[in-house]
Amino acid sequence: MTPVPPERHLLRAKDLADARFREPLDVPALARAAYLSPAHFSREFRRAFGETPHQYLLTRRLERAAALLRNTDRSVADICFTVGLRSVGSFTTSFRRVYGMSPMAYRAAHPPVERARVPTCVLQAYARRQSSSFREDTNAA
Amino acid sequence: MLKQLTHVQVWVHDQDEALAFYTEKLGMELREDVTVAEMGNFRWLSVGIPGQDVAITLMAIPGPPVFEEETRDQIQKLLAKGASGGLFFSTPDAQKSYEELRSRGVEFTQEPTEQPYGIDAGFRDVSGNHFRMAQLPS
Repeated sequence: MTPVPPERHLLRAKDLADARFREPLDVPALARAAYLSPAHFSREFRRAFGETPHQYLLTRRLERAAALLRNTDRSVADICFTVGLRSVGSFTTSFRRVYGMSPMAYRAAHPPVERARVPTCVLQAYARRQSSSFREDTNAA
Repeated sequence: MLKQLTHVQVWVHDQDEALAFYTEKLGMELREDVTVAEMGNFRWLSVGIPGQDVAITLMAIPGPPVFEEETRDQIQKLLAKGASGGLFFSTPDAQKSYEELRSRGVEFTQEPTEQPYGIDAGFRDVSGNHFRMAQLPS
């Protein structure tokens, strides 16, 4: 058997973030999926995918929140909890940092539109914001 | 003129492992398994969905003389990172297929989710390739 590249385990953790971000998932749980200690896992994940697992998970949650703001009339608090975040205050702060405006302003600026039949995975990937550092770079460098 | 698409190629990490995954977990059938001794034991291995003619060629990532070692290593990494392309399948019942495949140990990246175009789910093959399956309106 060809030995499994370490990236395959990191990908499993990344998939877990994509599939289970609605749950109270954190970096140690992702690290366990990759069979690595949290510190080593964060370094290796960043090396493989260009951002820390914390950033990755938070960005997925914010993307889902943005979609819910665009396509539903659910409240900001409800959306915050739905995407696996627990503090509305820090959700709003993170959202503003990535999207440049508050969740309510974002909703007002993006009325729902009839969408083409493009697979969701494509829409999600291409609607992805250039990764913001969430002020982690200073510590990680 | 081109007539028909007959094979699509996916890179796999290990051909035996991939063959077991595609046949036992995804329920495909073996189509071709030919090893060519005079070509450095190149193995042409393909599977397909019963009832559909298009085959999927499970291709090992070759080293020299096809690719130099650096290129082979890069492709291996891209594959393991899930960055080497994907395939799109349809299913008559996304929820049922999801439960069936999951019970066989297929790793899903997304549960069946209602979309404007149908019900859609995402999973990976054993090598890291990203696949989608969608239940589309008939």
